[in-house]
Amino acid sequence: MTEAIKVENLTFYYEGESEPALKNVNLTINEGEYVVITGPSGSGKSTLCRTFNGLIPHFYKGKMIGEVYVKGLRVRDHPVKELSKVVGMVFQEPENQILTLTVEQEIAFGLENLGYPPDIIRDKVDEVLNIMGISHLKDKVTFELSGGELQKVAVAAILAMNPDILVFDEPTSNMDPQSALDFLKYTVKINKEYKKTIIITEHRLDYIIPYASKIIVLNEGEIVALGDPRKVLIENTLEHIGVSVPQIPFLFKKLRDAIPCREAPLTIDEALELLVERLAGHSYRSS
Amino acid sequence: MQDIAIEVHNLWFKYKYSNEWALKNINITIRKGESIVILGENGSGKTTLIKHFNGLLKPSRGSVKVLGIDTRQASVAQLSRKVGIVFQNPFHQFFSETVWDEVAFALYNFGYTEKEIKDRVEGTLKLLGLYKYKNKSPFTLSGGEMRRLALASILVYDPEIIVLDEPTVGQDARNKQKLAELIKLMVDMKKTVIVVTHDIEFAIENFPRVIVLSKGEVIADGPPNQIIYDDIIVKKSRIIRPPIISLLLRLREVCNVSIDYSKVKFEDIANYIKGLAGGG
Repeated sequence: MTEAIKVENLTFYYEGESEPALKNVNLTINEGEYVVITGPSGSGKSTLCRTFNGLIPHFYKGKMIGEVYVKGLRVRDHPVKELSKVVGMVFQEPENQILTLTVEQEIAFGLENLGYPPDIIRDKVDEVLNIMGISHLKDKVTFELSGGELQKVAVAAILAMNPDILVFDEPTSNMDPQSALDFLKYTVKINKEYKKTIIITEHRLDYIIPYASKIIVLNEGEIVALGDPRKVLIENTLEHIGVSVPQIPFLFKKLRDAIPCREAPLTIDEALELLVERLAGHSYRSS
Repeated sequence: MQDIAIEVHNLWFKYKYSNEWALKNINITIRKGESIVILGENGSGKTTLIKHFNGLLKPSRGSVKVLGIDTRQASVAQLSRKVGIVFQNPFHQFFSETVWDEVAFALYNFGYTEKEIKDRVEGTLKLLGLYKYKNKSPFTLSGGEMRRLALASILVYDPEIIVLDEPTVGQDARNKQKLAELIKLMVDMKKTVIVVTHDIEFAIENFPRVIVLSKGEVIADGPPNQIIYDDIIVKKSRIIRPPIISLLLRLREVCNVSIDYSKVKFEDIANYIKGLAGGG
């Protein structure tokens, strides 16, 4: 497997701060992974995301020790403009990154800047609208869209630039649950069908954790757990630092005595299977 | 009636230049000291409804009475002293240079003494864990801290009715827990608390009464168990059930286990499933 991102002994202080926002972070993300970053408020999730496209150290100034490599490029040596061809970023408030009037213009904007010919741009716009399931919004004015729709437009605009890696920083905070679930399904689709590496910070772990190849847990700027979510979620790390454990794995921690498992089930179906098996065995023995 | 905080009677509301009713024939009675939660998807009319509680919006038809006062007969300023609303985007409401001044602002307007202002601001900032930021600019706080600051600037002048719009957004588990404790504290202090949220887990764990809005109408009003187990309400309001409740319903389907429909909290259902699975 090829490395998409490699972080080595990274410590970062925002300018004027005496406490580091990130402390000696080491991690590797391979191409095609779906990585979930979690941790309490102020644990450094957004800061870490900002290092993946060079916003740190180029835009947010401060003291950076250690290295971040994105597809082998040392972020220190490459400007954000160059890194953005490899890494696309989607933030919490899509309004902040929407620039133009119609959906079509919004998506064409980046391609026009790169000097693509109009017919290629048209094809590309149609393609990414289709991927995100928003072809019907093509001629809409961006300020008429709901938060969920706007966020999909923001992603389509980034997909048009064809980066290998997409970083989402709490993309669904302002959506209602159905819209959030729907949006998150598209992040999974981009990962599975289009082989993009996805890195996402998200509070609604219940929905996405079944799709994650890796979970990274941050607390006070340090990585306190990293690995297969089935293994991480059966430990007590998340509760200790004040992050809610998704309900299904949390339930099975409580059922440990009755149904011992070394790996946490993540979906309702997996949980159901384990319970049905147990209930069948149980009534068999007691009858 | 002495014990009624808010009475919404046959309320219809349409925004200027809009052809559609944003609220359709709403009838709700909220008693003093109640804590209730309002659920509904984006665009269902939740924020439009709570804007009627301090007179920011006035009914197109019907009436809204707050502590017996018809909102059409009172100014927003008068009503705001009784009804404190914390809106969704806290950064839209800050204008002071420091956290301290932000919280003290309303008290200066209401003509409190310096001594009282100092005591109240200090107490409120400590209650919400913001005292250490008292000299910082509100705009340097994190999203979660900004939300708590917005709450502080309302709590400090002690309104009888407190309305929180999406208070759990951007809050981690620990802060949500603190918020739930704070709401309990407010209820103990005989406040009326109304919370608008999408956070179904937060709603059913912490509130005895849930009102569900869908397309401008109240489609349910009752205890959480009457809502979360009702397929029609859940579907209509596009609520996503907490995973443990979905699991319990599937378990009933597959294994025909009986369900105690009075239970909705995670802990209670987990214990029930534990009982089914047997220990050891």
